[in-house]
Amino acid sequence: MAERIIELRDIKKSYGQVYALGGVDLSVDRGEVVGLIGDNGAGKSTLIKILSGVVKPTSGEILVRGKPVTGWSAARSRDAGIETVFQDRALAVQQTIVRNIFMGRELTGFLGWLKVNKEIEEASRLMREIGFTSKVFTPQSIVGQLSGGERQGVAIARAIYKQAELIILDEPTTALSLTETAKVFHFVRQVRASGRSILFIGHNIHHVFDIADRFVVLDRGKVALTADRSEVKSAEDLINFMEDVAHPGGLPGLHGEAEQRA
Amino acid sequence: MEPDLQTPLGRASGQAGKEWSHPSDNWLRGFVLDNRASLGTLAVFIVMMAVFLIANPTVFTTWYLYSSVLTTLPVALFVVVPLVFVVTCGEIDLSFPATMGFASWVFALVVQAGYDPFLGIVAALVTGTLLGFLVGSLVVYGGLSSLIATLGMNFLLRGLIQIINEGKSTALTNLADSSAYAIFSSQIWGIPVQIFWAIAFVVFSALLYNRHRFGAQVKVVGDNPDSARQMGIDVKLVRVKVFVFVGIGAAIAGTFSVMINFTWWPTAGDGYLLPVLASVFVGGTPTWGGIGTVVGGAIGAVTVSFIQTGVVAAGLSGFYVQFFNGLIIILSLLGHKWNQARYR
Repeated sequence: MAERIIELRDIKKSYGQVYALGGVDLSVDRGEVVGLIGDNGAGKSTLIKILSGVVKPTSGEILVRGKPVTGWSAARSRDAGIETVFQDRALAVQQTIVRNIFMGRELTGFLGWLKVNKEIEEASRLMREIGFTSKVFTPQSIVGQLSGGERQGVAIARAIYKQAELIILDEPTTALSLTETAKVFHFVRQVRASGRSILFIGHNIHHVFDIADRFVVLDRGKVALTADRSEVKSAEDLINFMEDVAHPGGLPGLHGEAEQRA
Repeated sequence: MEPDLQTPLGRASGQAGKEWSHPSDNWLRGFVLDNRASLGTLAVFIVMMAVFLIANPTVFTTWYLYSSVLTTLPVALFVVVPLVFVVTCGEIDLSFPATMGFASWVFALVVQAGYDPFLGIVAALVTGTLLGFLVGSLVVYGGLSSLIATLGMNFLLRGLIQIINEGKSTALTNLADSSAYAIFSSQIWGIPVQIFWAIAFVVFSALLYNRHRFGAQVKVVGDNPDSARQMGIDVKLVRVKVFVFVGIGAAIAGTFSVMINFTWWPTAGDGYLLPVLASVFVGGTPTWGGIGTVVGGAIGAVTVSFIQTGVVAAGLSGFYVQFFNGLIIILSLLGHKWNQARYR
């Protein structure tokens, strides 16, 4: 069995009286692509923020490579080899591509002075590696001048630097063109081929279905379904399942209308 | 429907190396683009000096005028530069005049008690660091608006100085014989030596801003604090650090002002609040955080220093000073607005 990169056990998160997550178990093994799907408000974002250390869970246990962790934080999560490409891409738009790629992980030498040339070299290499190059920008271009897809490229380049073991992609294809989406898909396959793991969060169930080895459906703060790809015949199956979970017995409104007509 | 995607980027990945190019391949154009804020400030300064020179050629070619500006300008530079960091970080610090007064008071007390002025400088630096940490912690960990909280701290600290000293100043007559004075406040070839220290401070800070992890994190935190947090940067610590930096700068500035005058006044530093703030923005650092320029701020300080001296020296009455101060500030802001692309 493949090594378990990260495991969440009975994670709960409440904001005041409201439970965003009511006891979630989730794990990602080495070299697997896990697709996390769920409706708006299902708790996807909260779960990602907990994995990336931005938000602390109210209760529950986090295990990295089988060992429970304490003092979980964004810095600890990155140190543990978990990189997140956030939905809003978490870029500083007035800064250069280089500064964004090395945000929070500046390449420094003596007494914290930056190794500027090394950073520029590494940034060019990373951007080339994932195919986000252009005649009109350089590693020292300002991120605010880039298109949405190019910005996504910067966020991804930041995530793959340092050979992260798990890359979390939060809605990576939202608001991207077809070719840009294609690049993201290609990237996911590259990462899997290199033996690393991806947690792919998506609204578009077709996208998730195409790419994931395993599906986790989240519904109102709980895991409603975990299924291997072999157990699910088509994206429609997943969609139907999600509708059933959300509205047991079908969509009342639609049914009512259908019955009236009949 | 599904885009396939085995090799969508095969074409690009191979020869991509030579595809990098800058819209400005010419190094001069690149330099101008990268430094347009500080170059703009420099242009304003040069135009202003040209106008003064034409208005009164005899006065503006005498060294005395420049010497007098170079005596007091360093004091401003030591606070303008750290303030560029604070503003870049998305905060403001209005408490530095009181910190200048407080730290230089400690310096004066140590010297008056008969200790070596070097010890006084160390004591002033420690005081400035602690006050900066106090102000920063109050703003950051107390979750207060830096505009109001630092204004409050300015009144509070100044009030404390006034209560204890009851308006009395301290004369430090023996300071002139000390080696510290020779090193920090005498003249070489007729040039006030403190300007060299100030220039060294500006250069060091510019490197800190552009070539150090601290500067990089200050800019990212000012640009997008949420992203910085998500990328594991301790946003609160970075913010506290910039206030500590202002505290240190204010301590140096206060000490220099005492060494120039041989006297400490309970109002020491008070007059610097508005000119220093104006210098930061005249220098081309925008108010919204994320970007800024240390060198521009320094040139801004030079500009602001020369307005006052220049207006009077040009033969206008002192009543014109404020008007020209305001005119230069507004013109600079308009220039920078036209010059700065804004992404948020």
